[in-house]
Amino acid sequence: MSEHSSDHHGPEKGLLRWVYTTNHKDIGTMYLLFALVALLVGGTMAFVIRAELFQPGLQLVDPNFFNQMTTMHGLIMVFGAIMPAFVGLANWLVPMMVGAPDMALPRINNWSFWLLPFAFGMLFCTLFMDGGAPNFGWTFYAPLSTDYAPPSVTFFIFSVHMMGISSIMGAVNVIVTIFNMRAPGMTFMKMPLFVWTWLITAFLLIAVMPVLAGVVTMMLMDIHFGTSFFNAAGGGDPVMFQHVFWFFGHPEVYIMILPAFGVVSHIISTFSRKPLFGYTSMVWATASIAVLSFIVWAHHMFTVGMPLVGELFFMYSTMLIAVPTGVKVFNWVTTMFKGSMTFETPMLFAIAFVVLFTIGGLSGLMLAIAPADFQYHDTYFVVAHFHYVLVPGALFSILAAVYYWLPKWCGRMYNESLGKWHFWMSFIGVNITFFPMHFVGLAGMPRRIPDYALQFAEFNAIVSVGAFIFGLSQLIFIYNLWKTVVKKEGEAATDKVWDKPEGLEWDIPSPAPYHTFQEPPVVK
Amino acid sequence: METPRYYVPAKSHWPIFGAVAVFLTIYSMASIIHQSSQGQVGFFPVALAIVAGLLMLYMLFGWFGEVVNEGLRGLNSDQLKRSFRISMGWFIFSEVMFFAGFFGALFYARTLAVPWLGGEGAKGVSNILWEGFLPHWPLLKTPDMQQFPGAMSTIDAWKLPFVNTVILIISSLTLTLAHHCLRAKDKSGTLMWLVVTLILGVAFMCVQIYEYSHAINDLNLTMSSGIYGSTFFLLTGFHGAHVTLGGIMIFVMYWRVKNDHFTPDDHFGFEAAAWYWHFVDVVWLLLFTFVYVI
Amino acid sequence: MTRMGISAVSAFLLLTSSLSAFAEWGLNLPEGVTRISQEVHSLHMTIFYICVVIAVIVFGVMLYSIIYHRKSRGAQAANFHESTVVEIIWTIIPLVILVVMAIPATSTLIDMYDNTEAEIDIQITGYQWKWRYTYVKEEVDFFSNLSTPQDEIDNKAEKNENYLLEVDNPLVIPVNTKVRFLMTAEDVIHSWWVPELSVKKDTIPGFINEAWTKVDKVGIYRGQCTELCGKGHGFMPIVVKVVEQDEYQAWVTEQAKIQAAAREIKDMSYEELMAQGEKVYSTNCAACHKPDGSGMPPIFPALKDSKIALGDINDHLDVVVNGKKGTAMAAYGSQLSVSDIAAVVTYERNAWGNKKGDFATPKQVKSFKENK
Ligand code: HEA
Ligand code: HEA
Ligand code: HEC
Ligand code: CUA
Ligand SMILES: [Cu+2]
Repeated sequence: MSEHSSDHHGPEKGLLRWVYTTNHKDIGTMYLLFALVALLVGGTMAFVIRAELFQPGLQLVDPNFFNQMTTMHGLIMVFGAIMPAFVGLANWLVPMMVGAPDMALPRINNWSFWLLPFAFGMLFCTLFMDGGAPNFGWTFYAPLSTDYAPPSVTFFIFSVHMMGISSIMGAVNVIVTIFNMRAPGMTFMKMPLFVWTWLITAFLLIAVMPVLAGVVTMMLMDIHFGTSFFNAAGGGDPVMFQHVFWFFGHPEVYIMILPAFGVVSHIISTFSRKPLFGYTSMVWATASIAVLSFIVWAHHMFTVGMPLVGELFFMYSTMLIAVPTGVKVFNWVTTMFKGSMTFETPMLFAIAFVVLFTIGGLSGLMLAIAPADFQYHDTYFVVAHFHYVLVPGALFSILAAVYYWLPKWCGRMYNESLGKWHFWMSFIGVNITFFPMHFVGLAGMPRRIPDYALQFAEFNAIVSVGAFIFGLSQLIFIYNLWKTVVKKEGEAATDKVWDKPEGLEWDIPSPAPYHTFQEPPVVK
Repeated sequence: METPRYYVPAKSHWPIFGAVAVFLTIYSMASIIHQSSQGQVGFFPVALAIVAGLLMLYMLFGWFGEVVNEGLRGLNSDQLKRSFRISMGWFIFSEVMFFAGFFGALFYARTLAVPWLGGEGAKGVSNILWEGFLPHWPLLKTPDMQQFPGAMSTIDAWKLPFVNTVILIISSLTLTLAHHCLRAKDKSGTLMWLVVTLILGVAFMCVQIYEYSHAINDLNLTMSSGIYGSTFFLLTGFHGAHVTLGGIMIFVMYWRVKNDHFTPDDHFGFEAAAWYWHFVDVVWLLLFTFVYVI
Repeated sequence: MTRMGISAVSAFLLLTSSLSAFAEWGLNLPEGVTRISQEVHSLHMTIFYICVVIAVIVFGVMLYSIIYHRKSRGAQAANFHESTVVEIIWTIIPLVILVVMAIPATSTLIDMYDNTEAEIDIQITGYQWKWRYTYVKEEVDFFSNLSTPQDEIDNKAEKNENYLLEVDNPLVIPVNTKVRFLMTAEDVIHSWWVPELSVKKDTIPGFINEAWTKVDKVGIYRGQCTELCGKGHGFMPIVVKVVEQDEYQAWVTEQAKIQAAAREIKDMSYEELMAQGEKVYSTNCAACHKPDGSGMPPIFPALKDSKIALGDINDHLDVVVNGKKGTAMAAYGSQLSVSDIAAVVTYERNAWGNKKGDFATPKQVKSFKENK
């Protein structure tokens, strides 16, 4: 039987290779491709949003469809683009970084992936159902998402269930791989930071995805089985929905940023030609962020009318997160300090990450101040905040990671000047898009509206132009990938690829062979 | 024999099979629920649900069967076995969090929402919208008795629910006895204690079903009798589903013991089922305390 | 610091000063017209400047390294990578900064939560997609709807200055008086926000949230609903008219009179009913059922050729008066006067090619409501 010879087989031929595969590299690739497609779909929805908001007045879509676009954009970007992209990176990198032959549970790994296309297929199809797709925002507050929801909400709920299963299984796999598959000598405090951050991310995933499953289940019951969890007439409370949702939701946003911290730590150290400053404190800071993330959730709910003590508690705990995050930022800056830096595309994206993420973090800190949040809440100031941490934050780190490890994955260098073009266009585009949102937000423009008062017109036009610049620049990236991976243009990559990068993955050939570390390497 | 390497299966059709089966199950369930609230349920989703259910079963048997076989053929290194243990641990942790969300809802409702609606605490002004509503727990009179017609009374904790508590605790003990027998190479003892555990599990479920019918028919305690009924059925319902799943696991273990799949020091499947059973047991103890007693 | 460093920092300072320039264009938080809003504004500026200073320092150091520690300049990499002292320092300093921010934040927050000693209580209820203001101690209770014409929204007419920020009946409150708001909602969650008062509170169906304001300056202040509440979320503005005390008193008396008159039951002709019905329909019903009665099936049914609008009039009244529980169709019996209901029902039965021919009179509606 072929299973015995797990040592010798190479990839299967044809399409079925991808369907039946148990190989972490194949699965990683599929996750990354899936995320790219989701980014395009979600980005196209952002284009619809921005086109409608280009000028005041209703011109392209009706308000209900606009709400569907906002909702689906948020859902697809969060659950379809950013999270799967990080899982893809984990699949490719974690086994190579800890010296393991594969993920700990290869079949479950494939299963986790294949649940996603079905879950998103179902979610996407709600767009064509009677009454349209979910239109209640990615945060789906009850009762707008229960008694007042379009009929497609049932399918939305079940697709969230499927994503949940996929994420939990994927996270279990990562944790087990890290706990159990490290090469001899790879102690916890020698683990690369990407592995550390993913370990903590996986823990967060397992802790909060079930809570999301729980809250959509309660919704389902309120809609179809006559319960009254979110209905005061039966003794429930619509705000209870928000508490349970944000207990999931806040850790969720750190799920989208912790792996980014890992990626950036690697890249900055490599291109500064200097070991990362403060490895130990990086680990502790990551862990502290994760722990704190469980007790800050109600900062999304400062205006729901919580009792004063609750308000104060959540304000203080949220502010505290700035401390460990600051430690990380300072460590990165100090790593660059007195280095010998070069600025290849991954480094450019990583530096932009540090700057723009910090801007997003600082606006987050402003949001954390409860009395001030009364003014910011549900305006474009919040939209600006979270796009700064998500787009030039999470998304840039993913782009940086792809440029950084792509030569290792496919054995070819990408085209550096295209990479630079991609970076500068993205950098400029992203700032034109999201920086003015701070101003319109402060000036009083609420979020999730298809039409706005005249004083916001100029800035919205600028934002829309920026959005198209930023979105279309991503085509450069796709073209570069195409040239490198499919056309196989570009010079062959060396095994090290970069100037003295650290980590086991650079000891194996480029492209990384289908099977690596069948014999565990010894880590000194 | 040298320790086998970490076993990485070459390829497998089970994952895609599993993904399709899960999708069809979920899709057909969604369609049935969706259509039932729109009027009547069509033939197609029901047929699909049956097909999907069969596929699920086939997938579970096939996939687990393959894993069992690999174990029996000695492909599993100690390291791989450790992977199984760790994963099962984290899987149970995810289940813990699933219930934690529901318990959170229960505590929120009874310590915050209901008192507020009834005029107590920081948001007590809310009571002007529900004049005459008095807060108490368990909540029998809801704020709007027309929409959510309340219940006559709750189930007495110290009657059948208490019996059920005892049943579950004993079942945890008998399962541990089975485990001891397994380690002592006492096959017939193992089988016997497994059967006893299973019978206790079934007994628990029977009592529970009886309780439900009593609650619904005699006490008017239903899912739509307000937040107490909602949390009651949510928690006990999902607990019951987990008991059923645990029961199936124990049944499979019975079959595997019978077929000599386990050795005294290598029987992770058995232990996994036992962990799960104990977890379900602990959930019940919390449930008994917070839903029935207090 | 070297010249490059200085120029980098001054670039940042330039950026910040341009930000304060933006403030004057109305692109910053307004200072507002209450003590609280001014406190919040200064809190906002404080934390903003702290953030700017932090950013300048962090990015300054980064920029410095980027410029001087680049390989192309021949920089050699140092090898330091750990220092507990430094780590402790940059844990403590941020903590101190946070405490500095937390102190004024806490005191402002406590102030905002002090709802005692209000002279006027107003209940604010959010509806899909309008606001209702009930003056608890007076006989004044009315709805406030968007008054921007649909043509402006559809780009068929020039947009006026207060596009989307104008209503038919603004909330009127007296100046220099502490007013307490009791906020709730009828259907989904809305959020009542007027930036210049610095009041933003979600309105939760079934619960009441409290907030208060005491405005220092007579004037008109505008705001919007800030919680996604369905397709009309962008179209439910808030206008607060702050007037002198005596003007307020006069207004209340007059309103009470007008409303009492509206509650009176008078006989109306078919033409009167149709004319009033059209008005009521376009402010209350057209958002969902569309101006031409075509609705947006399957969620919002068409009323043109609908079985109910052309069927038994009592069924029709029932839907409109009592609504449909669990759908967006609200119970209008508590929102509209009996003559409005009679008018809109008549209108629906006889407009857009519906030719039922019968009509409902205010008396009929009144007795229908009483029999319920
Ligand atoms: C990757 C995702 C991500 C990340 C990392 C963060 C990080 C943070 N977020 Fe953000 N947030 C979101 C994603 C994210 N957020 C999303 C998606 C929403 C909106 C959801 C919705 O409603 O749809 C949101 C909304 C949101 C709100 C609710 C706003 C509202 O709706 O009214 C708040 C309020 O407190 C907040 C706060 C913070 C804080 C304090 C941090 C902190 O972690 C930031 C810490 C970082 C720094 C502070 C910068 C670096 C530090 C230093 C340089 C040290 C020195 C600094 C000081 C001493 C000040 N966020
Ligand atoms: C997680 C990540 C993420 C990412 C990457 C983005 C990316 C973008 N987002 Fe958004 N966004 C969210 C998460 C994200 N967003 C969330 C969570 C919300 C809240 C939702 C809610 O309120 O419920 C939100 C809401 C949101 C709003 C507010 C909507 C509202 O309140 O009504 C806006 C408005 O401008 C916006 C804009 C954009 C833009 C312009 C981009 C750009 O970066 C997009 C760039 C575009 C591309 C990268 C795609 C490129 C496509 C092509 C080149 C076309 C090719 C097409 C095909 C081949 C089919 N987003
Ligand atoms: C927020 C949206 C909304 C508004 C505003 C609204 N309706 Fe409705 N209406 C609905 C919905 C949804 C239904 C369908 C309820 C159901 O599922 O049976 C409905 C149903 C009806 C029906 C029954 C039609 C049929 O064929 O079933 C009538 C009559 C009606 N509305 C009249 C009115 C009148 C009169 C007004 C204004 C005074 C109004 N509606 C305002 C949402 C709305
Ligand atoms: Cu009401 Cu938004
Ligand atoms: Cu948060």
